Amino acid sequence: MFFPISHSHINPLYLVVVGFVIGILGGFFGVGGSFIAGPALRLMGVDWNYAVGTDLAHIVGKSIVAARKHRTLGNVDLKLGLIMAVGTIGGAEGGAQLIQALKRAGNVNTVVSWVAIVVYAGISIFMLWESHTTLKLHKRRSRGLVSDKKAAASKADHSAFGPVTKKIQGIRIWPMISLPTSGIKEISLWTIILVALVGGFFSGFLGGGAGYIRMPSMVYVLGIPTHLAVGTDLFEIIISASYGTFTHAIKGNVDILIALVMHTGAVVGAQIGVVATQYFAGPKIRLAFVPLPLIGAAIVIYTLVTGHKL
Amino acid sequence: MKPDAAKSLRAFAAELAIYAVLVTGYFFLVLHVLGDWLYRLETQHRVVYAIVAILLIAGQAVVLDAVTTVLFRLLRRRWR
Repeated sequence: MFFPISHSHINPLYLVVVGFVIGILGGFFGVGGSFIAGPALRLMGVDWNYAVGTDLAHIVGKSIVAARKHRTLGNVDLKLGLIMAVGTIGGAEGGAQLIQALKRAGNVNTVVSWVAIVVYAGISIFMLWESHTTLKLHKRRSRGLVSDKKAAASKADHSAFGPVTKKIQGIRIWPMISLPTSGIKEISLWTIILVALVGGFFSGFLGGGAGYIRMPSMVYVLGIPTHLAVGTDLFEIIISASYGTFTHAIKGNVDILIALVMHTGAVVGAQIGVVATQYFAGPKIRLAFVPLPLIGAAIVIYTLVTGHKL
Repeated sequence: MKPDAAKSLRAFAAELAIYAVLVTGYFFLVLHVLGDWLYRLETQHRVVYAIVAILLIAGQAVVLDAVTTVLFRLLRRRWR
């Protein structure tokens, strides 16, 4: 099939399958999946600028489907999502500005690659340690007291990082707000905005929606239960990715026809991913999340070593 | 395999088959019709194109979500 906007020939079935895989990941983990979509489009000869912009457009559609499903399961905190969207957009602009500065300095590829490797590997190692420790602690505590089924169905989350999270929640900088949907009585608005700014900054700096940073930050820094972090992150992505799609489309970086075809597969995948979250407890979702940033790191290392841009 | 899981899988396979037929029709009808218009819009009116692009992907998300939900509900009832 010929896509006239980006002047590329791509088998629509390939796009549907890629969309399907990313849809499952998005529905289950609350990530955009740009670390797969970008290289997958590039592999078919789509230019990088179109790959980035088109991926963002497709993320908007997929996140709408997944967030709607999560909302019916009670996994979306609208108040938190709207606050975070503001911070994310601001952070994304900051990340994009730093990219421009590095471009002018002439070392953008090396710096971004190394930052990406450190950040991706750091997230994976930390989440592996935390989820593994939490699962071990939980097993010891609940042995004989709570049935496995009940524990898995519970959205109340436990984390080995919990004491640090409590300390962060205790920071009292006005204005303090409550997030009843997420079960948080009081938290500083600035803590939420700072988390969103950091996520947005990496989104602008490393590309994509940066769900691999925002979802863990929401769990570990803000203390949001994992299921709610996944759903709320998806809701927040709708807003920030729409903004990204708009700015990229104006610059001529979006082939909406490719995004529409990819999205047909993502719709089914996202629904499977969302339903699957019901069968896993928070720490197990976090443990399963560990390989995702590592895939991103592996792709960056590959491009660094071979000099071949996927 | 548990009977419930087998029923769900069967319903899901049927849903996928029907969905695939619908999507194929969608590719050839809607995208073919929209292709030229969107191409012209992208080259001549970028701001309008950006707005249309977001509306299209959001609209498709809502419609396809509704289609898959209805399909799945109907097929589940049928297989029960």
